[in-house]
Amino acid sequence: MSFEFRAIYWREMVKYFRYKSMLITSMVQPVMWLAFFGLAMSDSFDKLTSFVPNEPGVPVVAYISYMGAGIIAMDVLFSSLFGGTTLMFDKKFSLLRETLASPVPRTHIILGIGLSAVTKALFQTFIIIGFGKLVGMEFFKGYTLVETLISMVGIMLLVAIFTLGFLFLSGSIAITVENPEGMQSILTLVSMPIFFVSNALYPIDGFPTFLKVLSMFNPLTLLAGGIRYFALGTNFSVMGNHYIYTTVDIVVAFLGLIFFALVMLSAAMWRFNKVDI
Amino acid sequence: MTGNVIEVNNLEHSYGSIKAVDNISFTVKQGEIFSFLGPNGAGKSTVINILTTLRKLQKGEARVNGYDVAKEPNSVRRSIGIVFQMLCLDHEMTVSENLEYHGRIYSMKKKERSKRIEELLKLTDLESKKDTLGKDLSGGMKRRLELARGLMTKPAVLFLDEPTIGFDIQTRMRMWEYLREIKREGTTIFLTTHYMEEADQLSDRISIIDHGKIIVTGTSNELKNKLGKDLIYLETSDNRAAAEILRSLVSVKNVTEDTKSLRIMIGEDVTHVLPQIMDKIRRGGIEIIIVNIKKPSMDDVFVHYTGHELREGNGNGNGNEKQQGIETAVVSE
Repeated sequence: MSFEFRAIYWREMVKYFRYKSMLITSMVQPVMWLAFFGLAMSDSFDKLTSFVPNEPGVPVVAYISYMGAGIIAMDVLFSSLFGGTTLMFDKKFSLLRETLASPVPRTHIILGIGLSAVTKALFQTFIIIGFGKLVGMEFFKGYTLVETLISMVGIMLLVAIFTLGFLFLSGSIAITVENPEGMQSILTLVSMPIFFVSNALYPIDGFPTFLKVLSMFNPLTLLAGGIRYFALGTNFSVMGNHYIYTTVDIVVAFLGLIFFALVMLSAAMWRFNKVDI
Repeated sequence: MTGNVIEVNNLEHSYGSIKAVDNISFTVKQGEIFSFLGPNGAGKSTVINILTTLRKLQKGEARVNGYDVAKEPNSVRRSIGIVFQMLCLDHEMTVSENLEYHGRIYSMKKKERSKRIEELLKLTDLESKKDTLGKDLSGGMKRRLELARGLMTKPAVLFLDEPTIGFDIQTRMRMWEYLREIKREGTTIFLTTHYMEEADQLSDRISIIDHGKIIVTGTSNELKNKLGKDLIYLETSDNRAAAEILRSLVSVKNVTEDTKSLRIMIGEDVTHVLPQIMDKIRRGGIEIIIVNIKKPSMDDVFVHYTGHELREGNGNGNGNEKQQGIETAVVSE
């Protein structure tokens, strides 16, 4: 067993903490989403849906708590999608040469960068949950300490697998394209449908059927749903929609994300093995 | 091992229909500085890339530190250090972090890493710069840091691809000092260059390479001595006729003409031969415009063996190498 990926991870983290602007913006951005978009939308949504009768006996969840899970998912999506860009610059400025000429297996390069992205994603997750609490996001309501911890671990696992998947995707693009503009436009193109055809910000129950079907296969839907399962419970209603998450749902979410990450890993490996010095 | 750190037999490499390396064989001995001297596009970088396992070996056989380049690439990689033609340092990391990273990707132990970093910073005079970011170093310092990095794992052989390309002469000479020091410490060095002086000053042995072939191999002195003891440079009113006359003389080993001048290789002491030569030419009714006597230089050796001068763009190999050379800005210390 070799551990060279730790070297790659180390390098990424050194640079992450060196550049305070990057560090701070990556922390502030999710907070701003929650503070501005979240609070604004949740007030209007709650007002609009206040007349919809809730089913008796089902706990009602405020929109901001529902959306909080989506904000985590969205934030993690964007940071991991753009996380691979580092590889493009490494290739462009021939920094990759040193590593490619070393005995480090190519899988380790992508794995090391993937794990650094996971670390960053987890930081952001904690920040959103922490700040969300301050602005009225009710995660883990009525949970015991043990239940809260288990739920946190569940969320962290989901976030980690999801991040790896999208980082592998982003890495494959980064290693293939030649310039930052190309990278940027591909990422924007990829991120738009993933973001909107999902349940991150709104329930998918009102979607036209084909979008609904599409969104069920969307990793972002799986992640947001999974976070809600752990943070809001298995049975709640929001904006008049009654949600029941079952064990099958969470297993499907995990398996779906693992499948996605593995497919993306093989895509990344395929692209990586084609890289010439 | 037979005392040869590098052994290459019948190496060939093509890019599409262009043959960049054409049936090359050579050996590099333990502890020596061995140079590939040739114009851009002669195939030097291709050979270095094959030996460092960055390019797949197409045909022939190559062993580095006893390991087969094609079959044991990872053992080869663990035996070598590389300084690439283009600067490739992480500008966002400090000098010691750059070295630290290199030690880590080669799985060096922590203690070993920090000891080696200290030694190398000392060797390359970068101790005071150890916490400076890569981007804040001068061109010469960056190159020295790359040199240190190449030596991080105590390689059996250090490969340098055009190590001083684009540098001014002072920086280049300092670099040579460091390379000599590294050699003294027992590291074998393989370098490619298109600077005559560099090959001449540094190398124990030189291979002149042109159009993908090794033209000749030897020590700097051997190569120069093959051209005779002295060289006479002549400009006359009729070079062609003068050359005819000179070729009939016993003391003249060889005459090469170009558009403006004649190069005459002399086997004997020039002081006796020169009056005789000038006399013969004058008697042929030819006017002598310029006379110059010199010891053969590497330039003369190069012209003699390849039939052309070593200039940018003389080669016909892959244009890639040439382009890279141009991209590298002129940097000084």
